[in-house]
Amino acid sequence: MMKKYSVINTPIHNIDGIAKITGRAEYAFDIKLPHMLYGKILRSPYPHAKILKINTKKAEGLTGVKAVVTGKDTLGIKQGIWRRFKELCDEEILARSKVRYIGEPVAAVAAVDEDTAEEALDLIEVEYESLPGVFGPLEAIKQGAPQLHEHAERNINVTRHIEWGDVDEGFKKADHVREDWFRCSSQHHVCMETHNAVASFTPDKKLTVWTSTQSHYYIQVLLSWVLGLRENDVRVISRYTGGGFGSKFELDSAQFCSSLLSMKLFKPVKIILTREEEFMATKRRTPMFYYLRTGVKKDGTFLAKEGRVFTEGGAYTSMGATALYLTGFFQAFPYVWPSYRYDGYRVYTNTAPTSAMRGFGAPQATFCAETQIDLIANDLGIDPIKIRRKNAMYPGYEVPGQATIQSCGLSQCLDKIEKWIKSQGKLPPNRGIGIAAYGFMSGGIFNWFDTPYAFSSAVIQVKIDGKVDLYIGSQDMGQGSNTTMTMICAEELGVQVEDIRLHMGDTESCPVDLGAWGSRETLMQGNAVKMAAAKAKQQIIEYAAAKLSPNIVYDLDIKDRWVHLIARPERGLSYYDVVKEAIRGKDGQPIIARGHYTPHRKGMISPAYSFGVQAVDAEVDPDTGKITLKNCVTAHDCGQVINPLGVKGQLEGAMAMAAGYGFTEDLPMDEGKILNPNLVDYKVLRATEMPETKVIEVETYEPEGPFGAKEAGEGLTNPTAGALGNAVFHATGLSIKNLPITPEKVLEALKEKKKEEKK
Amino acid sequence: MKKEISFTLNGSEVTVTIDEHLCLIDILRGPLGQTGTNEGCREGECGACTVIVDGQAVNSCLYPAFEVEGKNVITIEGLQEPNNKLSVFQQAFVDHGAIQCGFCTPGMIMSAKALLDTNQNPTEDEIRDALLGNLCRCTGYVQIVEAVKQAAVQLKNKK
Ligand code: FES
Ligand code: FES
Repeated sequence: MMKKYSVINTPIHNIDGIAKITGRAEYAFDIKLPHMLYGKILRSPYPHAKILKINTKKAEGLTGVKAVVTGKDTLGIKQGIWRRFKELCDEEILARSKVRYIGEPVAAVAAVDEDTAEEALDLIEVEYESLPGVFGPLEAIKQGAPQLHEHAERNINVTRHIEWGDVDEGFKKADHVREDWFRCSSQHHVCMETHNAVASFTPDKKLTVWTSTQSHYYIQVLLSWVLGLRENDVRVISRYTGGGFGSKFELDSAQFCSSLLSMKLFKPVKIILTREEEFMATKRRTPMFYYLRTGVKKDGTFLAKEGRVFTEGGAYTSMGATALYLTGFFQAFPYVWPSYRYDGYRVYTNTAPTSAMRGFGAPQATFCAETQIDLIANDLGIDPIKIRRKNAMYPGYEVPGQATIQSCGLSQCLDKIEKWIKSQGKLPPNRGIGIAAYGFMSGGIFNWFDTPYAFSSAVIQVKIDGKVDLYIGSQDMGQGSNTTMTMICAEELGVQVEDIRLHMGDTESCPVDLGAWGSRETLMQGNAVKMAAAKAKQQIIEYAAAKLSPNIVYDLDIKDRWVHLIARPERGLSYYDVVKEAIRGKDGQPIIARGHYTPHRKGMISPAYSFGVQAVDAEVDPDTGKITLKNCVTAHDCGQVINPLGVKGQLEGAMAMAAGYGFTEDLPMDEGKILNPNLVDYKVLRATEMPETKVIEVETYEPEGPFGAKEAGEGLTNPTAGALGNAVFHATGLSIKNLPITPEKVLEALKEKKKEEKK
Repeated sequence: MKKEISFTLNGSEVTVTIDEHLCLIDILRGPLGQTGTNEGCREGECGACTVIVDGQAVNSCLYPAFEVEGKNVITIEGLQEPNNKLSVFQQAFVDHGAIQCGFCTPGMIMSAKALLDTNQNPTEDEIRDALLGNLCRCTGYVQIVEAVKQAAVQLKNKK
């Protein structure tokens, strides 16, 4: 018997690893072109103001300055990624008449070097008329609050309703009803490579942009739209991306301003955002105010849930509309709710726009839901594992009107975590273990971008020496999709990873893929690659069959570069030999095949869902409120693992980011001004602060995924804040419903508790 | 003010004319064309720009360029062995999947090297301490720490 897989589920080194560890990987950050100029962006110091006049004369007069552009130099198009909905395309990027957040671009300069460009910014005179601002969604939605956009009364940007079952009836039947309010904070992506772009416009009216992005296709389309160019006269190149996490698939100010300047000058212009600009003006996780009302039976059976959320939208829509839907959907995850009603309101505020970030609305939902479930379990005296097991989703479950769950390893995950908790024995005082269950999508089904193309495509060309050129449209921002796609291609075609040469990150040579967001690459791009490889294989097999002339009842396959009869693997031919002859036989044409994937009839959200349960063991110092993470164990179902080395890194990385969300990271503001726009005051977890982590793999087979695989890198951002909060609850009896869970909040709550006890 | 400085970069003597206000990273990435050293903040807080100057890991975004005069500078480009094999550090990072987006990686490797050059038997805590100044947003550090441990073992075996 041959092994089931020869490539899948073996730890394969990152195929970009050598380029990256030798310093050869060329990020857009590294691009330098002849005659290149450097750009800087002038940003609004006001959260809300009219632009009365901009005078650029002095700046233009500075030696070394080559051009200054303002909103007047643009086509004035309000763009957005929700292209199907005109009113949701609301961002000009270079504001013409009004600014709506601190950091909004108002002008850009190109000069011979960065220092000169910076100096020129000080010489641009902008006359503003300051307007009253509004900074939180609960204030902004009130009658009479300052209004940001003419079209949006009470600053309501998007609303979302989800409902199934009879909620009112559910509450009537409930033995226990709980109501809670939660506040979920913001978070910044903090990609190590800040947003940047080099744009080069040439006299043949073609624009080439090197940039750090999660979707070169989106950037191509959006740039061509706002610049009035033909889509395929814009070429976007992004070979390596230094982190994305949701921050890099909308059109950004570096891309837009460098392009505008280059079109004016016919010279390449490079713009790199500083870390401070990055914090102030490149979007962030959506803060949310959540109200949850939940009804259950005495034995813990879930009956009804009602959720209402007000999200701080910031000044523009960006990807926030998607976050509003997903947070509502994942609020009911991963459980069976006989009835559920959700109303979401995304509200414009005079703060930096909020958008997609790893987890995409689900970390907020999971924090609130999982905190409340522990409170309910506590009210009823039920074990936290038991209440979750009682209501857990299962394979084949249909979320009414929304989704069908195919593979689901949630109950196995609960078993594993229960076992681990038991193995820990009795904990010392002030220590607690909290759990949270979660799930996530494997790629979004929505097409608000309105692409006419398949969601993912791949092209394969097999050359005379058996080398395979694989062209994909997906983007590797560090999550390892280049390696994953190479492995899927090698497995399906029956060759090894070294036989594949990957081409990606360039709109000129790569087929369209929507990009690396919503955990879509493994499943969507993976299916496209698998289809292309299968078709290429079929062509090779046809030649082998002619050569081997077996009884036609036999099927052939290729494995490990051996083309053979499946029933009699010893009868076969070398892959290399067959390819050589096949190409001759095709009148000298290489073997070419295409594959594509678009989900059809897969519900509203995603073709497949990952599941997991996480346990966090934390210690709380009752004197200082300090929380120490001792241990973090996750049982995770991502279907068939493609690359164990990659999955491990994804899970650990997600956990670190999620722990930061739970207890250290936040973007406090004063009247729309972010108070900690630097890496000292914004606390990303460092190597010394990480707890021990352990990942337990629960394997399932996802029929919709390539080789049974599904999402692995994003879902794990969902549970940690909730699990951590529950750990604090079990350690101290305090439930903190306001993220992040800082020592100050713990101390405050402890004080309150003492006061209560005294009474 | 322009000034000419000479120093050893990855084993070779180099001489460059610099503006006095520039930092080491500017001349490495600029006139010397060594873009392997990355920049994540320019404030000494992320470690992406870490290089080794006379055996010490430093943030090249803060290190005044003129101060390297006569000193010995090692960057990620200088790590390969003479036969072009990867150094034990590089190999260990590849083996353990300690590379995701890769933007922090050169700096991480330089901090790890500076540690192991002076301490051949670091404990896990010492490794984590040595990497304290290097932010990684992708990995959660686990695979990086594993890689440094492997490099330590291999360096010892080599001796
Ligand atoms: S760039 Fe030097 S520490 Fe961040
Ligand atoms: S690998 Fe991306 S920041 Fe470390």
